[in-house]
Amino acid sequence: MSAPLEIAGLRVGFATEDGLVQAVDGVDLELRAGEVLALVGESGSGKSVTAQTAIGLTGAAGVRIEGSVRLGGEELLGADEEVLRGVRGERIAMVFQDPMTSFNPVYRLGAQVAEAILAHRPRTSKAEARAQVVELFGAVGIPDPERRVDSYPHEFSGGMRQRAMIAMALALEPEVLIADEPTTALDVTVQAQILELLGRLNRERGLATLLITHDFGVVAEVADRVAVMYAGRVVEEGTLDEIFYDPQHPYTWGLLGSTVRLDRERPRRLPQIGGAPPSLLELPPGCAFRERCPHAFASCGEMPPLAARLTDEPGHRDRCWLEPAAKRERRQVEGRIGLEAPGR
Amino acid sequence: MARFAVRRLAGMVVVLFAVSVLLFLVFTVLPAQNPAQQLAGKNSTPQLVASIEEEWGFDDSLPEQYLSMMGKVLTGELVSYRPRVDVLEQIVERIPATLSLSIGAAVIWLVLGLALGYVSAVHAGGPLDRLLTGVAVAGISIPVFLIAPVFLYVLSYQLGIFPSGGYVPLTENPWEWFTHLVLPWFTLAILMIGIYGRVLRSKMLDTMNEDYVRTARAKGLSERQVMTRHVLRNSLLPIVALFGLDFGGTIAGTAIITESLYSLDGVGNYAALATANFELPPVMGVALYGAFFVVLLNAVADIAHAYLDPRVRLGEDAS
Repeated sequence: MSAPLEIAGLRVGFATEDGLVQAVDGVDLELRAGEVLALVGESGSGKSVTAQTAIGLTGAAGVRIEGSVRLGGEELLGADEEVLRGVRGERIAMVFQDPMTSFNPVYRLGAQVAEAILAHRPRTSKAEARAQVVELFGAVGIPDPERRVDSYPHEFSGGMRQRAMIAMALALEPEVLIADEPTTALDVTVQAQILELLGRLNRERGLATLLITHDFGVVAEVADRVAVMYAGRVVEEGTLDEIFYDPQHPYTWGLLGSTVRLDRERPRRLPQIGGAPPSLLELPPGCAFRERCPHAFASCGEMPPLAARLTDEPGHRDRCWLEPAAKRERRQVEGRIGLEAPGR
Repeated sequence: MARFAVRRLAGMVVVLFAVSVLLFLVFTVLPAQNPAQQLAGKNSTPQLVASIEEEWGFDDSLPEQYLSMMGKVLTGELVSYRPRVDVLEQIVERIPATLSLSIGAAVIWLVLGLALGYVSAVHAGGPLDRLLTGVAVAGISIPVFLIAPVFLYVLSYQLGIFPSGGYVPLTENPWEWFTHLVLPWFTLAILMIGIYGRVLRSKMLDTMNEDYVRTARAKGLSERQVMTRHVLRNSLLPIVALFGLDFGGTIAGTAIITESLYSLDGVGNYAALATANFELPPVMGVALYGAFFVVLLNAVADIAHAYLDPRVRLGEDAS
């Protein structure tokens, strides 16, 4: 059986006045049933564009899309709008970042969730749809769902709105859930609740969840596997443990090194990755990270393939020319993982 | 909801008071002609003028004159100078013509303006949008006093399709009522069609970038459902407020020109003649009853807006 969602060789470019911005530059991802795959990267790394392209919502003028997105083996790129419409909400559902603005302010929340049901099941009566929404609101932990379905978005707190958004995403029992920074706009305690909910629903309903985030704290909470993106490419991919305890790509070291951890002594100054991400207008050939990488050497002028380089971790792939033994040595900075200049 | 309406109506009283004081001052502090002199006629004796001043109260202090005039406005006892007829009666008699004109024009401009804006927005950037934009800009740019003569010359005088003016009551002959009003309706509506088309188009283009529109697409709604239920519905909110203002403004302003141009004997025409003759009572009557109507319409528009936007209705901020 093919994986619920397979993305292969995906390239998304936007034509701008200054030239072609290659937002996604050859992404391969496989999302398996029952897992949470975290797609991690900083702003502009192409993670959201990857997700939106998967459901055909990157329809802006001047966009160039190549590659393949397969849902249960069926190709979605270039598919008919009618086919895509049937997929959205029904087979791939999305949860967006900002629950404040992601609901239409003039309709009742329950009606907006019911709208998703009615769009795909036109023979459902309004009363049936409402009953389903009440049940869904209950399932995502909204108290007093019978009454709350008639509330307007502004009458809900951010966390409750995000629960309603998740209820809407689950309404049609999709195979794939794409959550684009679902907790970024929420405060920390609410974040934890929403993550717990997403993790529980993923287990209970056997969903395949693609979780897009820039926050390693979120990743540690719910992810089974992690893919790290940089400048439109996946630079490292592995299980949660592989990424956290045996990271291979220097960019991942930098991300981990700049994360505050409660179980470690806090460094004097929180390290950061020097420099800024490269312009996507003119990516230099070779590794996109080499300008910021203190470990770069001659070979980095050539693009390393995303490949498994560790015999004992066959699913762990990265794009870095350094030898695994050299990586294990160089990423150690004062007893923790980090990206600092060698010899410091 | 009720509290909201009461608050809105209280504001209305303040506005009406301000309008009446202003109008009264314009006509009494800057007189072009002594109204008593006007009433007495050209070859009158000073005694006659004085007695008229006495009778009409023109020699009272300004606040007294204002109060007595307001009393007459409220009780409907305003009387015009020449002929000495009841102002309210004159206005009421002409209301059907004015309402026929402005309501018909409003229906036309709303339907065509919103259709124009919707189609432009859905096809934004395409050739159809550019064509409609040209049409809208042309409609906005042509002044009413130019449209009316052209309409009259071509469609009435040359082709004889429509009558050249006048008003036939709806109750008398509905078909004649309609044909007499088609040209005035479009004369009034053309400008508004252009404006409403442009406003709706730009509002819809803004709305299309809202997160909730992306959500609507992501849940699998068809493009038409996304456009009508989410983009159009939310873009209509500012249109409702705008319409309240414009409809009032049409009755109080633009309709006067159109009524004069098509010799439609409506309230606007009555006010235009009274202004030309410097007769305060009809002007005061039309202005205050008109202002009352405009303010009432605005209140209705606000209440409609509140009904359409739950964030306003429930009196909480949309954080």
